[in-house]
Amino acid sequence: MLPEIGQFLMVLAFCLAVIQSILPLLGAQRGQLSWMRMAPNLAWAQFIALAFAYGLLTYAFIYNDFSVAYAASNSSINLPIEYKISAVWGGHEGSLLLWILILAGWGVAVASFSNNLPVAMSSRVLAVMGMVSVGFIGFMVFTSNPFDRLMMVPLDGNDLNPMLQDPGMIFHPPLLYMGYVGFAVAFSFAMAALIGGRLDASWARWSRPWTTVAWVFLTFGIALGSWWAYAELGWGGWWFWDPVENASFMPWLLATALIHSLAVTEKRGAFRSWTVMLAILTFALTIVGAFLVRSGVITSVHAFATDPTRGVYILVFLAVVIGASLILYAWRAPKVGMGGGFSSWSRETVLLANNVLLVVACSAVFIGTMYPLIIDALGMGKMSVGPPYFNSVFVPLMVPLLVMMMIGPLVSWKSATFKASFERLYPVLAVGILAAVVWPLAMGEWGLIPAVMVFIATGIVGAFVVDVLPRIKAPDLAGRMAKVKQLNTSWLGMHVAHIGMAITIIGMAMAAGYQSEKDVRVVPGDVVELAGYSFTFKGVQNVRGANYASQYGTVEVRENGELLTTLHPEKRTYDKHMGMPMTQASIDRSLFRDLYVSLGDSVGANGAWIIRVYYKPFMTWLWTGVIIMGLGGVLAISDRRYRVKIKRRLTGRREENPAVVD
Amino acid sequence: MKPRSKRLVLIGVIIVAFGFAVTLVLNAFQENLVFFHTPTEVKERTVAYDRTIRIGGLVEKGTFKREEETTTVTFNVSDGESSILVSYTGILPDLFREGQGIVAEGKLLTSGLFVASHVFAKHDETYMPPEAAEALKRAEDKAMAQPAEQAVLESVGKGE
Repeated sequence: MLPEIGQFLMVLAFCLAVIQSILPLLGAQRGQLSWMRMAPNLAWAQFIALAFAYGLLTYAFIYNDFSVAYAASNSSINLPIEYKISAVWGGHEGSLLLWILILAGWGVAVASFSNNLPVAMSSRVLAVMGMVSVGFIGFMVFTSNPFDRLMMVPLDGNDLNPMLQDPGMIFHPPLLYMGYVGFAVAFSFAMAALIGGRLDASWARWSRPWTTVAWVFLTFGIALGSWWAYAELGWGGWWFWDPVENASFMPWLLATALIHSLAVTEKRGAFRSWTVMLAILTFALTIVGAFLVRSGVITSVHAFATDPTRGVYILVFLAVVIGASLILYAWRAPKVGMGGGFSSWSRETVLLANNVLLVVACSAVFIGTMYPLIIDALGMGKMSVGPPYFNSVFVPLMVPLLVMMMIGPLVSWKSATFKASFERLYPVLAVGILAAVVWPLAMGEWGLIPAVMVFIATGIVGAFVVDVLPRIKAPDLAGRMAKVKQLNTSWLGMHVAHIGMAITIIGMAMAAGYQSEKDVRVVPGDVVELAGYSFTFKGVQNVRGANYASQYGTVEVRENGELLTTLHPEKRTYDKHMGMPMTQASIDRSLFRDLYVSLGDSVGANGAWIIRVYYKPFMTWLWTGVIIMGLGGVLAISDRRYRVKIKRRLTGRREENPAVVD
Repeated sequence: MKPRSKRLVLIGVIIVAFGFAVTLVLNAFQENLVFFHTPTEVKERTVAYDRTIRIGGLVEKGTFKREEETTTVTFNVSDGESSILVSYTGILPDLFREGQGIVAEGKLLTSGLFVASHVFAKHDETYMPPEAAEALKRAEDKAMAQPAEQAVLESVGKGE
């Protein structure tokens, strides 16, 4: 009975979304206040219906109701409780339900925090979000019902895919979806502004915090996925240019362009049409991502079971979204105007170049990801585009982008001179060059790419220092502290995010440039020497886990003869998936290096195994940098002006035209 | 400079930068496209030797050998019609088995040995790498087509 209620709730949510996409919009066009007022209530009702549906599906997982086909194929009696709860998003149907629930959650957030917006604007935003909901809930209701029942109820389920039985599974998909789906909000704001014909600085100010929040979630989601792949897959890599990774990375690149372009639109009124275009494309790319993962065109860790109707549905949805929004754009954007002018060297120019580079980088990733799929779909043969392509295109595009990250914050808006922009940078450049010479040498060998990256990273941090020092200049410590407190948080957020990027770059460059690895065949007692550490293989035992049997290795790590740590790489065989052993790497992390051991194959009778040993310098910096980057985003949106100024503007308008607002 | 000519310079710079990026992309693309071939195509020598390619098929039963003391393995990859000897040094994916579909990426030596730099197996029990499936299908289609063609020819011959 309960699953049927869940199904009913989904259909209910679908109907509510349909009403939400029509009524408030009509209300806004006709000035019908009561219709507009329905929007927040509809958003709430939709969210509550979906939350209950989601709760019912989770209930089926926790209480082993294997009459629900989706639970039977993704859970089992012995699955630990935390994985039962996260197994709900372990397959296509459930993860789609989570996606939709999060979308509704964003809708509720917009409804709750938009009291300061003109009611026509917030109604249009919610109406567009309703349309997006219709598309996605329809996808679930018509092609992928998570509550489908089985005629023959199995005694036990098939268990969650062993690859997903990892703490990463608990956090990675929800964070990623929060990011993905969040761009629906940025998209809805852009659409609402186009419909209303008002694309100005206040529109940019309203949509900016939402875009940044979504960006922060996507950043964390991608990083967590990468961190998980690093630990779980046993290959020691953290980015594979896998089509599905690219599916999340492309919107990230465009969203990064979008938050910078929004800054220009808010501050200077420029780039308006471009910003709208970016908001449309970012959202379109999230649907492309959904298509790549859910249509079965690629086989990957992430891909769900194949069903052609799903692919067709998403493609049609994508076509409708892009078609409708571009028509609206073509119709409305020419009226928007160019906005404030700027000279050929100014903050605007630097941000324009930033946008061009990010869009080009995104296009390069897009071509590399889609080309093999298109060729295959046309039946013109099979091919793949490997990491060498992405690396050889991406790195040269990123270098100028990163250089601008260092210069940009010191270039003034509207009009600047080279002299004024670079004057303060000279000491920074000197320090950067010194670091570029010394740091790579300290790692053992000088190399061009690590040197360039060190130079840039030092430059970014240095740019912050020379930018912040004059702002906190005061005769005594108390005065300085007072000035620190007065610093503009959104300005600070920008610098913090940039510094996070700098730290990540160091991590990437050092790990890529100076890692060493060995694949060796060992018998118990053998010692492997790597990068000054000695790894003693003590053998492999059989150990029993909750729902798996483990071949549990023991490797002692010594530095200068002293025992540093004991690592336990594993090979797990899950009871329900006997044919699918899982490698579980064991990692000792510290500030300057990761030591990484994973088990290969058992070879020979005398306890011999092949093991892989890695020394990876500065890996921790990579993840830490991403966290700092995200915190920068959080700082940026905590700026007071997003709350205060909106109110002030509105009270102004309320006096002018009280009827519209209230 | 007048604002207008400044803007022109700016646009010029953007076009040059864009052209550079496009060149970069196309160049890298040309060099790094990894084409897929079936063992039969490799046997028929229609494959370039200096490029990285992918081959796919089933790991032939009874051909998997491990060298003593090193991590090098050799095995045959077959599409049912022809098979290719593959050598690989390193750790094989968890789901690598004899009789299962795999894809190997690497270079073909003139001796006919395929030296793999990566070996990909499927991600779980139910899926086969699409390329391996394609190799089997191509070989099967060919096997189906040939007798059919012959039958047609024969029947035509009889008819005359």
